[in-house]
Amino acid sequence: MQARKALRLHAIDNVAVVLEDVHAGDGLVILGGGPRASVEARQAIPFAHKIALDTVDDGAAIVKYGVPIGFATRRIESGEWVHCDNVGSYYAARRRGNTS
Amino acid sequence: MTGILGYRRVHGPPGIRNHVLSVHTVECASFVSQQVAAMDSRVHALGFPGCYSSPYASRMMQALGTHPNVGAVLLLSLGCEGTDAGEIAHEIRSSGRRAEIVRIQEAGGTEASVDAGRRAVASMLADLEHTPRVGLAVSDLIVGTECGGSDATSGIAANPAVGNAFDLLVDEGATVLFEETLEMLGCEQIIADRAANPRAAAGLQAVIRKAEAFAMQADQFSIAPGNYTGGLTTIEEKSMGAFAKSGTRPIQGIVQVSQRPPGPGLYLLDTVPDPTGFSFGYSNPNDSEGILALISCGAHVVVFTTGRGSVIGSVLSPVLKVCGNPVTYARMAGDMDVNAGRIMTGAASVAEIGREIHDQVLQVAAGRQTAAERLGHREYCIPYKYQSGCVLTK
Repeated sequence: MQARKALRLHAIDNVAVVLEDVHAGDGLVILGGGPRASVEARQAIPFAHKIALDTVDDGAAIVKYGVPIGFATRRIESGEWVHCDNVGSYYAARRRGNTS
Repeated sequence: MTGILGYRRVHGPPGIRNHVLSVHTVECASFVSQQVAAMDSRVHALGFPGCYSSPYASRMMQALGTHPNVGAVLLLSLGCEGTDAGEIAHEIRSSGRRAEIVRIQEAGGTEASVDAGRRAVASMLADLEHTPRVGLAVSDLIVGTECGGSDATSGIAANPAVGNAFDLLVDEGATVLFEETLEMLGCEQIIADRAANPRAAAGLQAVIRKAEAFAMQADQFSIAPGNYTGGLTTIEEKSMGAFAKSGTRPIQGIVQVSQRPPGPGLYLLDTVPDPTGFSFGYSNPNDSEGILALISCGAHVVVFTTGRGSVIGSVLSPVLKVCGNPVTYARMAGDMDVNAGRIMTGAASVAEIGREIHDQVLQVAAGRQTAAERLGHREYCIPYKYQSGCVLTK
C-alpha cells in the first residue's frame, strides 16, 4: 500500500497537516522538509487536520507556518491528532483576560 | 532580461495592457457606457453607481483612469449626479492621457451619447496604436494578491505557494501587495514583527486594531464551525493561513485604497473603512471589490487563490487564479491558471508551485492571457466607503 502523506509547512513546525484521512497505526511520510521523515498516527485523523510530529509539553506552543498558532492544554504525544481537545488559542485567552 | 514589452506612459509607470476605460459616474450612465465599450474588446467599462458623490469613489476613478494598464479614458456622466466628471478628467489629463466627457443630458440622450462616445473612443484607440513600447524589468511590476472561496486547502497549498512566489518577486525588486486585515486577527505581534521599520510596525498594529474594532462591531470575528471541521483549531491558525500569501519578506509599509506604494517590496493594503464618528460602514462586500482595490494601487496583475472555486476576473488588470483543491481544479480547470492542488496530492512542493506562479505572472505581464481574460471576465465593484487616505499609526 502506498504510504499516506502529511505536509509540514515550515522546518521548525511541531505539527504537520495530513493530506488524506488517516487511521490509527498508519505510517505517514512527511513532505516539506524538516528534521523528521515519518510519523505514525496514534488515532484516526481527518483530511487537512494536524498531527503532532514531536511530544508537546502542557502549555508549550503549537508551531505551524513557523509561528505559534496556539498552546497545548495538556501533554501531546507524537502522532496524536492536534485539535480543539488539546489546543488553546492565545488570542481567545487574551480576549477572555481583557473582558474579565 | 525578462523579454516583457510594456506600454510607456507620459507620466507614471509603464503598463502591461493598453486599455481604454469607459467610466460611468452614476448608475444612470452605465447602459450608455456599456454600449460604448461593446465596440471593441480593448475598451473596459466600469463606474460608480451612487448619485451622491463620494471622495473615496472619486479618488478610485482617478486612480483607475491613471492606472499603468490604461491609455485613455472616456467619462460618461448623466449630468446631474454629485460626482464631478470634470475634475476626474482633469486629473487623468494631468497624467498625459486623453480624457473626454460625454454628458448624456447635453448630448441628447442614449443614441446621441453612444455615437459621441464611440467616436471619441475610436479616436483614442487609433492613438493607442502608436503607444511606445518599452522593455520591462521585474522591478517595474506591481503584483497584488487576494483569496476567495477558501476551503481547508487554502492555508495549506495555494496561499503558502503565493507567499513563495511573492518572496521571489520581492527579491527581484518587484512591488507586491496583500490585503485582508480582517483575516489577521490574533497575529498582531507576528505580523508587526515582520515590519521593515518602526513606522511600518506602528502602522501594522494600528490597522489590525482598526480591523479588530470593525470586526467586533460587525460581529464578524469569530472562527466559524466549518473552519473547525476543516481542521482549523484557533483564530490565529486561520489568520496565518491567509497571511501566508504575504510570504516571508519584511513589510515596508501600508497603503490605503487608490494609493501607490512609494517604493519596491512588500506592502499591506488596508481596505477596511476608517471610523466616521460613530460607524464604520461596510468593508469588503465581495471579492471583486478587493481585487479592484489592489488594482487602484497600481497592481498590474492580481493573483487570486481559491479552494471551493471562483470564476471571476477583473477589468483593467489580469487576474491569475490559483486553485489549491485538486477536486475543484479538475471540475473548473477552464477557469484556473495554476493547479496548486498538486501540493495536496504530494505531486509538487510548495516551492515548485510558488515558482510556477512567479513564472506565470511574468508570462501574463508579457502578454499571455489568463483564463479569466480569455473567457472575457470584466468584474468590478466600487462601493460607498469612507477612508481618510491617511494611514493611521496609532
